[in-house]
This record gives sequence, C-alpha cells and structure tokens, in this order.
Amino acid sequence: MKTFFGLGKPGLHYATPPPRLAGPEVVPAGTSVTLLHPGPSKRRTPAALKTGDTVKTGQRLSLYGGADYVIAPVTGTVTALAPFAGHFGRDETAITITASSIKARDDQFASARREPSPETLRHFLAAAPGLPPLERLCNPKRPVKTLVVCGVDEDLLVFTQQHVLRARSHEITSGIQVLKQATGIEDVVILTLREAVQGHGHIDGRVMAVDPVYPSAHPHLVMHQVFGREVPAGQTPEDLGFCFMCAEAVAAIGVAFETGRIPVTKVLTLVARDGTARLVETPIGTRVGDIFERFGIAVVAGDRVVLGGPMRGAAAYSLDQPVRPGTDAVMVLDAASASSVSDYPCVNCGDCVRVCPARMQINLLVRYLEAGKYEDGAESYDLDSCVGCGLCAYVCVSKIPILQYITLAKHELARVRPMEDANA
Amino acid sequence: MPEHQKLIVSHAPFWHNCNRVTDRSRDIFLAALPAALFGVYQYGVSALGVLALSVSSAVLWELAFTRVAGRPVSVGDGTAAVIGLLLGMMLPASMPWWGILTGTFLAVVVARQIYGGIGANPFNPVAVALAILMLAWKGRMDFDAALVNYPFDFPAVYHLTAVKAFGTAAIGDVSLGDLLLGRQIGGIGCTFGLGLILGGVYLLVRGVIRWEITLSMLAGVALTAFIFNQVDPAKFASPAFHLLTGYTLIGAFFLAPEDPSSPVNFLPMLIYGAVIGSVVVFIRDIGVFAEGLPYAVLVGNLIQPLVDKIRPKALGKVV
Repeated sequence: MKTFFGLGKPGLHYATPPPRLAGPEVVPAGTSVTLLHPGPSKRRTPAALKTGDTVKTGQRLSLYGGADYVIAPVTGTVTALAPFAGHFGRDETAITITASSIKARDDQFASARREPSPETLRHFLAAAPGLPPLERLCNPKRPVKTLVVCGVDEDLLVFTQQHVLRARSHEITSGIQVLKQATGIEDVVILTLREAVQGHGHIDGRVMAVDPVYPSAHPHLVMHQVFGREVPAGQTPEDLGFCFMCAEAVAAIGVAFETGRIPVTKVLTLVARDGTARLVETPIGTRVGDIFERFGIAVVAGDRVVLGGPMRGAAAYSLDQPVRPGTDAVMVLDAASASSVSDYPCVNCGDCVRVCPARMQINLLVRYLEAGKYEDGAESYDLDSCVGCGLCAYVCVSKIPILQYITLAKHELARVRPMEDANA
Repeated sequence: MPEHQKLIVSHAPFWHNCNRVTDRSRDIFLAALPAALFGVYQYGVSALGVLALSVSSAVLWELAFTRVAGRPVSVGDGTAAVIGLLLGMMLPASMPWWGILTGTFLAVVVARQIYGGIGANPFNPVAVALAILMLAWKGRMDFDAALVNYPFDFPAVYHLTAVKAFGTAAIGDVSLGDLLLGRQIGGIGCTFGLGLILGGVYLLVRGVIRWEITLSMLAGVALTAFIFNQVDPAKFASPAFHLLTGYTLIGAFFLAPEDPSSPVNFLPMLIYGAVIGSVVVFIRDIGVFAEGLPYAVLVGNLIQPLVDKIRPKALGKVV
C-alpha cells in the first residue's frame, strides 16, 4: 500500500524468518506426484519412459536423451505422460508418478559420487532442490571464479533461503567443499541480509551483506552494489566469472555427497490469504492443492495461486500444478488483494523511472512495447538492462502491466534474434 | 476443472501500491480547493459560477469528445474536472459564460483530446487555453477592467500591470502579508498565496508533483527577478513580489508539474523548472505582456522532450 507520504521510494523490505521458527512443517507426497520435464521442443520425439514403468526414489529420468532430466521424488509407477504448456508457452512434459507402498532408493548416484567432478554434478544434481545452475557453473568456456551462495530470497514475503542458510549451515559447508573440489573455485561468498550477517563465520566463505530493501538481492544489483561490477546489458554474472547459487541448492549438493542420496524434498514458504507465512517441506512434484489442503487454506474461484513471491512469481492456472525444484514459495491471493491491470495510457508521471534500479526510461520504453516495437525499444530505451524486479508495474498509476510487456518483449527478442543472426 | 476452482491467472507483480490516476486527480482537486474557496469568498457568487461552469463544461466537453471519437469514456478519472477547476481559478470572476466554455473547449478538446487524450498532450491544457484566451480577449482577461465594479477594502489594482506601467513606485506600499493573504486582485484562485502554498506542499508531500520542478521554477523566478531588480530597482520589482503575484504560485504547484507535459529525470526537471521560472520574469519585466506564465509554461513544455534526453546511463549499458 502507498503510504500517505509519497516522496520516497516504496521501500519494500524482504521478509525475515520468525526468530523462533522450529523448522519446516512436512507435507508428505500425495498419492501421486507430477514432474515437469523440459521438451520435446519441436518434433514428437519418443519419450524414453512410458506409462507403466516403475521408478525408484532418486532415479534420474531423462525423457529425450538430452542434458535435461528430472529426479523421481517417490517410488512408484508412471501413470501418465502428457504435454504441458509452461511459462510463456514453454514445451514441457508432465510425468505423473503414482506412489507405491514399497520404497526403494536408486543407487546410481551413490556409486558415482566417489569423487566430486563437474560431470557427476551435471549428470545427477542439476534438478536438485533449489535448481543449482550447474550447466553454467561447469562451463569450461566461461570459468567461474567466485561462487555466490545466496542466503537471501528473490522475492518479498519469502524466507526459504534465509531459513536454509541459518538452519543448515553444516550441509552448506559440505556443499561448498564439494563444489570447490569439483570445480576448483577458490572464492566463495555467502550473501545475507544486512541484519542477518552475524553467525555464519563457521561457513567456509566470505560473508557479504545486502540491503534489506527489495530488489537489492537480485544478482545484477548484487554485482553492482556488493562487488562493484556492472554486468553489461544482456549478459549474466557468469560472463564476469560470478555464479549465483541459492543456499538450498548448495545444501542439497552437500547432503547428496554426504549420504549418497539426491535430496527430493523442497523447502518453501507458504503464504496464506491473510499474509501469514509458514515454512513447508514437501517432495518435489506435490500438487500445490495438497499443500493448501494440509493447512486448511480454502482456495475458491477467482483467487490467484502464485508459485513464487508477489513481485516475480508466476500464477498457476490449476491446483494440480506441482511444486518444482525452483519453487521457493506458494501463495494464495484473493481477487481483492491482487492487483488488476488496466488499458489506461501512460500519463508520464515518471514514478517508474524514479523507482527503476536499472535506471531505465520506462515511460518511453513502454510506449514502444505497447506498439510491439521490441527491437526499437531494446535499441533506444535499454530493454536489455531490465532486471525484471517488477517495481515499475508496482508503482504504475495507470496500472499498465509493464513487467508483462517487458517479459514478452524479451521473450520475442530471444526468439527472433538468433533467427536474424542466422540469416544475416 | 470444477467451476469452484477456476483461478485467475495474471502476470507478476501481484501487488500494486494502490495509487491510481483517480487518486492523483482527487489530491490535486483537494489541494486547489483552499485557494478556490477563498476566491469564492472574495468575489462572491459570480466566482462560484465561473468555477462551477468551468469544471462542469470541462467534464462535458471530455464526455462529448470521447463519445464522438468512440474512445473509452474517461471522465471518471477526474483529470478533466481538474483542468476545469484550474482554468476557472485563473480566470477573473467576471468572465462571461461563453469565454469559459471556449476556454474549457480549448483545454480539453484542442489541447488534450485531439492529441490522444490523457497522457498524450504535449502542452499543458490549462496553459494552452489560458494563452489563447489572453490573446483573444485582452479586455476580459485584464483584471483591472474586469473587476472594476467590485468593492474591495484594499486598492483594486492588478499589481503586475501597475508595475509594468509605472515601475516599482506603483507597488511601494504592497506588503508580502497582503499578497499571501489574498489582499490583491487577480484570478479567482490565484490571489490567496498561503492557500496555494499549503495545497502545493500537500501535493509535494503526497508525491503527486515533483519538488524538483516546483522548487526550480520558484528559484528561477526568484533568481531572474533578483538580477533584474539589482539592475534597476526603480523599474523591476523584487523577487518576493514576482513570487507572490499573478499566476506564479498556481503555475509552480499546479501547471508546470503536470504529468504528461513535464520531464521525469532529475536534471531535466531542474532545467525545465528553471526555464519556466526565468521566462516568466523575462516576459513580465521586458516582454509585451504584464503576465507571462502561460507562455512560459508552453515554452517549458516545448523543450521538455529535448531536455528529458539528459538521462542516467542504464544499468550495464555499454556505449
């Protein structure tokens, strides 16, 4: 809500976990879990898995033979394989596994883990809870010099990563050890909120702090404000030798190498209608509807169910959508408290320009994007600098869906530019 | 999917700070009311008539145009009403009905709707209308002539005309307190300096207008007037006089910071305000007209797209 005084910036602060948080409440898997596997991208490639196959907990499932895979969180039978339209029309395949009463562990990883190597990491742990960006971490063309372990969450209301950093420092330490051994990275930075900077001395790494004001924990802004390096527009921190990995992913890698078992449960912040948040741990693939049911949160028609936080999350269209390895939060918002958009034109008040952490001319950019002039917008008004924090749409008095325009423009450009380069 | 579980899907962010165009219009309307009500108190029911006709006709012009043009009806956002109120506040209380109707037509239809409606006007609608009215009906907009039949308990002289004609000797006994408390003649809502300042500060605090524009414009007026005053104190009035007479305050708080026609970046806002402020004094002191604010605002609007090119380098931009 806007305060009476409108002079300053919105000042949205990251949530912090309650001081006496006992730990996540466990929600067991329902009768079935659903995993979302990337692809097939174009042709109807036959899947390596078919209905009726049995899978073991921790088994690596790669449907189309590429580098993409998912990890089975339960033991059971594959009961359905169906195409699934992901965010922005991404092609995915939904694998439904019906759990059986017998629990068996897959032991491929246990025998492969002897020595941590980039290959083992990429082969088994890229779909671990927290989605470690191992492909980018282990890219020999762009060697990473600094590993940044993020103990700050991406979005407001969420405190998943902060909790993991606080409560699972032992696992994080061993995860860092594994990553150092596998990749040869020397420099490890632990990123926390400024007020939570104490108490991480036993973790092997430099502790650095960010402001508690959203979106200062965004990798691009961390690069700028903490490391004093500006990531060139359109590039990633990896291009400068920095790899950001969330605390949960590092902890998962630590656990995997200690126990020989790939972790299959995800910690997430569950935000109820009234804004109260609690920490939940549940197998990846659990229906979000099951989580709401477990805590007696009724979801009715007209609500929004958001996977992620209020500024950057994605709305789910069904309660059957599953928890993914990267889902740090699940929240429900009723129609009245969720923002609506309008087709009102920009009135040039400039609130977006003054709130933008990337110093973009959004008032002008949005005029191009509304007209579908994505290339011109990118060229003249710095579309590629956008970090996607959503503050512009948050403050827009005309309620223009600015972030949606920007996301669409980036999506379209990412689709068109390679084609243009190929034909140039 | 069962009907009772149909969810709404939308893009992030799912929160909004709940600040809307309507809220801004309401705030501007509220902020302008003290000065407007003082005008009604000072000039009586005819001033109320001018304000009422101005607001209502502005809204009706907007409604009529959006109907004819087949655009979505936008009177509900209150911007047309704000235009009507501000224009009414800048007119003399004796303005005839046809002048008001012409003024609101010029502001709402000519200066705004034909450019595409809200957010698309390159020039401040009120300034456009006022500039045309001042050129078209000099006598009606001449406050000395227009308010000649009003009994005031203070000298009924429009200070800007007096100082233009006779130098600072003509305004020797004008105290700043009189100017602040409305003991001067002028537009209906432009004489009560204190009311305008209060309303303006309210808007500044609420974040509806940008302090950079308002302060730099006032500073521009003060500095330019100071230089002229130093050159020839007998001919050119003091900075304080220029700040508190004519349209200066309503211009600084309500006209210059109007959203679509003003810049959004820090340095451009300062330049824009300072240009308007100094042009006001240039016109008053060495120009043809006694009051130059509407023209100064138009000059500012004209340079706005150009100065707003002075902008910070975007994050990670490689030149």
